[in-house]
Amino acid sequence: MSMNGNENQFTTVTGTLNTSAGQIPSTSAEYKSADRLAAWKARWGIHRAAWLIKPGLYALGAPSAASPVFATANYKLSFDNLRRNLKGIDSWILVLNTKGINVWCAAGKGTFGTLELVRSIMETGLEKLLEHKSIILPQLGAPGVAAHRVKAYTGFSVTYGPVRAEDIPEFMRLGNKTSPEMREVRFGFFDRIILAPVEFVQFGKYILPAALILYLLGLKADAVLAAGALLAGSVLVPAFLPRLPGRSFALKGAAAGFSVVAALSPLLDFDLYQFCARTLIYIPIASFIGLEFTGSSTYTSLSGVKKEMRIAMPAQALALLTGLLMLAFRRLL
Amino acid sequence: MSLRYLKGVATLKLDAARCTGCGMCVNVCPHAVFRLENRKAIITDADLCMECGACALNCPVQAITVKKGTGCATAVRNGFLHGTEPDCGCGEDSGC
Ligand code: SF4
Ligand code: SF4
Repeated sequence: MSMNGNENQFTTVTGTLNTSAGQIPSTSAEYKSADRLAAWKARWGIHRAAWLIKPGLYALGAPSAASPVFATANYKLSFDNLRRNLKGIDSWILVLNTKGINVWCAAGKGTFGTLELVRSIMETGLEKLLEHKSIILPQLGAPGVAAHRVKAYTGFSVTYGPVRAEDIPEFMRLGNKTSPEMREVRFGFFDRIILAPVEFVQFGKYILPAALILYLLGLKADAVLAAGALLAGSVLVPAFLPRLPGRSFALKGAAAGFSVVAALSPLLDFDLYQFCARTLIYIPIASFIGLEFTGSSTYTSLSGVKKEMRIAMPAQALALLTGLLMLAFRRLL
Repeated sequence: MSLRYLKGVATLKLDAARCTGCGMCVNVCPHAVFRLENRKAIITDADLCMECGACALNCPVQAITVKKGTGCATAVRNGFLHGTEPDCGCGEDSGC
């Protein structure tokens, strides 16, 4: 995949620095409106795959042989997030080739990993450039990197820095040590709500056209409920995650779906039978989307997701089928 | 953190006999699952573990085992459909 043609609008490369290891592209801590726009687009899933940074070594400010080295992924948002938090810190940035995927996801897959780090330490000639042999990795890269192996292969010692790049200055003040708060991944309201657009777009692309068709077929109430289920699963689940009942995401999605159907019901003129059938149809849809949010959450385990899916998937399918049969049955009568 | 996932499912195991108390697991865990006590690591609450695998990979003496994976429903479904390990096609339009 090529760097897209808009690259120069961004603050990716601002010049070059001549060093003992050759010419090194330099970058800056400046964050422009074009960078902000790119981040916004990436969040909405627009051209997500195009936000690649060329892997390799970058200089930020005027780094020397004693300056620290920070590693990151070659995804624009990861790179920007690092450099904008290095204001006033002359440093080297080592961009690993993670195929445009952020640090955490790439570490999970192993592309932000021991071998890639070792390869890029060697290929960039980092050793010749520095008088020290240490490199700072974002802590979220740890699922892919075995620090002791990197040391054994290259002699470089890996220090895990804070989860959030904004804590880097404080981390350095503490003598390159993280505090317990810096190490903890959070999943607060803001962390969750910025994920809602991607969820909404991902499912909206199927549900919104379906709702439109329902509307054109004269099934206005169903069009509204379908959109409501989409909203429940993709927006209410992230927004109210800690308040929705249970620990299971499928259950949280179902609860959000039920609230939406219940809230909309005074507007729809359904008898009880119709209401029940609709509940059985739209709650599983919200539940399904809610369960998908496990993929964006920062605390769900694979064992847990497997466990809840074994129960949730058949339950969702059964409810949906029952609801549809109820409606079909009534037509036939 | 107030958010907790399902109880008693995490596959995390710690072999205290091997542990040298280096503290690496404490450094890498994003959910503060470990604590050092009397120069040994202990698991404070395994229900907080998201099975990211960072601790096991970074323990220099292999005192920790965990079945690493991403807790992602899409991944589990993809894995099931393709008969492979769970795989979320991350990076395209997935949220992770
Ligand atoms: S990383 Fe391993 S050896 Fe070090 S404290 Fe943790 S369990 Fe013990
Ligand atoms: S697998 Fe990850 S979340 Fe679980 S204890 Fe290890 S580092 Fe912590």
